[in-house]
Amino acid sequence: MSTSKARWAAVTAHSLFWPAVALVALLVANTIYRPGFLTVEMKDGHLYGSLVDILRLAAPLILVGLGMTLVIATGGIDLSVGSMCAISGAIACLHISQQPDQNALSGVLVALALGIGLSLVLGAWNGALVSIIGIQPIIATLILMVAGRGLAQLITEGQIITINSEPYKSVGVGYLLTLPLAIFIAAGVALLVAAVTRRTALGMIIEAVGGNAEASRLAGIRSARITFLVYVISAVCAGIAGFMVTANVSSADGNAAGLWIELDAILAVVIGGTSLAGGRFSLSGTILGALLIQTLTTTVYAMNISPQTSLLFKAVVVIIVCLVQAPAFRARFARRRPVAPAAPTAADQSKEQVPA
Amino acid sequence: MSGRQPVLTMTEISKSFPGVRALDGVDFRLFPGEVHALMGENGAGKSTLIKVLTGVYSHDAGTIELAGQQVSFTGPMQAAAAGVSTVYQEVNLCANLSVAENIFIGREPRTLGAIRWGEMRRRARDLLAQLDLHIDVSQLLGTYSLAVQQMVAIARAIDIQARVLILDEPTSSLDATEVEQLFRIMRQLREQGIAIIFVTHFLDQVYGIADRITVLRNGRLVGEYPTAELPQLALVEKMIGKELDVLESLDEQSKRDLAALEASTPFLQAEELGRKGSVAPFSLTIHAGEVVGLAGLLGSGRTEVARLLFGADRADHGRTSVDGKPAALRNPIAAIGHDIAFCSENRRTEGLVGELSVRENIILAMQAARGWLRPIPRRRQDELVDKYVKALSIRPADPEIPVRNLSGGNQQKVLLARWLITEPRLLILDEPTRGIDVGAKAEIQKLVVQLSDGGMAVLFISAELEEVLRLSHKIAVMRDRQLVTELANDHTVDADRVMQTIASGTHHEGARA
Repeated sequence: MSTSKARWAAVTAHSLFWPAVALVALLVANTIYRPGFLTVEMKDGHLYGSLVDILRLAAPLILVGLGMTLVIATGGIDLSVGSMCAISGAIACLHISQQPDQNALSGVLVALALGIGLSLVLGAWNGALVSIIGIQPIIATLILMVAGRGLAQLITEGQIITINSEPYKSVGVGYLLTLPLAIFIAAGVALLVAAVTRRTALGMIIEAVGGNAEASRLAGIRSARITFLVYVISAVCAGIAGFMVTANVSSADGNAAGLWIELDAILAVVIGGTSLAGGRFSLSGTILGALLIQTLTTTVYAMNISPQTSLLFKAVVVIIVCLVQAPAFRARFARRRPVAPAAPTAADQSKEQVPA
Repeated sequence: MSGRQPVLTMTEISKSFPGVRALDGVDFRLFPGEVHALMGENGAGKSTLIKVLTGVYSHDAGTIELAGQQVSFTGPMQAAAAGVSTVYQEVNLCANLSVAENIFIGREPRTLGAIRWGEMRRRARDLLAQLDLHIDVSQLLGTYSLAVQQMVAIARAIDIQARVLILDEPTSSLDATEVEQLFRIMRQLREQGIAIIFVTHFLDQVYGIADRITVLRNGRLVGEYPTAELPQLALVEKMIGKELDVLESLDEQSKRDLAALEASTPFLQAEELGRKGSVAPFSLTIHAGEVVGLAGLLGSGRTEVARLLFGADRADHGRTSVDGKPAALRNPIAAIGHDIAFCSENRRTEGLVGELSVRENIILAMQAARGWLRPIPRRRQDELVDKYVKALSIRPADPEIPVRNLSGGNQQKVLLARWLITEPRLLILDEPTRGIDVGAKAEIQKLVVQLSDGGMAVLFISAELEEVLRLSHKIAVMRDRQLVTELANDHTVDADRVMQTIASGTHHEGARA
């Protein structure tokens, strides 16, 4: 009995335990409200259902969140990712709209290359401001957050560019092997980022720079290069997310595309257990955080919560998750109520392992 | 004293951290009006015991009684309110606040919520005057030396009307006069009936002021003794649990042939190297296999010399050459490229990355030199780490726990291991034995001798003259941010002579500009 208790204690102490519990709780709440919530149907060789939608809609946030995780791990922050989404989406749509045949694959590939290329340049700009000139990250990226919207407007000439391109549309709503393509793209980028950080020494060096910048410098780490690199990675992730956001609606709106996604991304990182002060980071935590946020958004819509109160509802849930996650808060709670609120059941135990 | 009631009784205290049993059933008694030295090696549990007492950590088992009442503090503020004040090993004040604000933070004199700044400054001045410290209390704390900051921390602790005053390594950054000043204050407080827990690694200081001694080893209580009944040698034996003759044997080893060293091409040569506002231009040569000691008072520019040679600060004057060829040591990467390594005196802020594991901290410099694209294979990492955890007896011997969970001495060894695996040709050690117990100190000194025997050049910086004299072939003396002279460490040199040089700035032979 005591070993299973110890194992349970180890599970609850894991940094992803409470976000996972919150995610499961949301799914359960949805199922109670709408019994068909968890069903996934096969139609025309495609899987349909709320769960599939959540995964598909969470894909852009996961992408932006991955880049944001690395930036935050170095002790920085990137506020410009929302604008980056708009810019890369705008340049891609602009290029496609100028093609004689919008469905030609070659034109779409060039459009994607243009978007990625521009993201690289803008990421390098952010990286240079922070690592070479030494501007505080929050200020440096604020520049592009604001100016980037203007840049996107310039590209679209203030209009909303609508396109009619099947290959481009598939980035957002296309299917591959019964599942939305966006899920594969997000998973692919996640695996790539994980490989680049954990199969090389990049992850540890990012954590060292974020954990103690001066000690890292004295250990011979070229921290300026590392800092530069993470802003470039973040920009590219945001650029890809921008394709998805614009492909979803087959149009590029310089004002609306990727609006406030930077805040959701920061939230996903924090929920995932990466400290805003920098240091240790968790990519799987960020993915879990992004899924939680998207599930919450879907829940708000599904439960017909009025648009006026939906943001408030979202905020309340987020505050609860963050509080429950904080060891200091739990310690205080435990001290006031020494008896555990409810004995864990076997069902809970098996459930919490699902998303991890 | 035995007739009186103890003001503090800690019984059967136990405390574990992940992977570490820091305290195991420790008893501790403290009587009013005594100075009680808490002794033990690094990792013996001294700091943990104090943090349990002040509520920084919760204890797993045991009871704490303060003045007959059972207490369990939830934090230092609550402990202070009950009369238990602490001055920690590393000064933990706010450098960006004024001296007065630091002393009264959290308990400022107020009228209707508004702070009475004038009264606060006046009271701060009076308080510091008791310590013979006459400084401008409205200046930022960070503008003063570490020693002054320490005194401010003590002033703050005294002013909280303490019944129990805990001084955790208060003297490690103080010079001799400042220590005497502190002792005067401690005696004054003792007469007022305040009980003082004094943690230090300086044995002489224990015998200079402590009434009783409690010794811990590996988280267990060894015993409690009146100072007069415990000779120094017996104390050291109780602390490390074995006979100690390493230090004596070192003396013989380090006296080696200087002439042969001087004839070879120097490894590193600095000519008129300097930096405005940091250290006046100096010249220094270091040969392979040579230990150069850097002696001088606190703040005399020792660390600044080390930082210039490593490129941690950029020199604005002079030249450096390695192996006789010009080599600009512009930044740490350039210095590391020339096989120079630097262990900073500030392990926590300039050395280790606290949340990374022991293993990651050890391989950090080597990995940085290879670049992130070429990770060190995990098996190779484990081999290297295992080797140095064993060789330096780093405890606990689990390389996967965060390095911040280690005691100060073990953290120092981790930092040493980081540089040793890079196989440097010059190792700069800035106060490697500060805040470290006798056993670990001897191990590190022995290591320095071994490394230099193996052909490594070492620049050894220490506030302890005995240590510098024991290890160095050559001693460079710093005074007022100038390198005043170099002394060959032959039989004519002793502590008195170095002391004289430090004090007077003059020297008997071969003057250097």
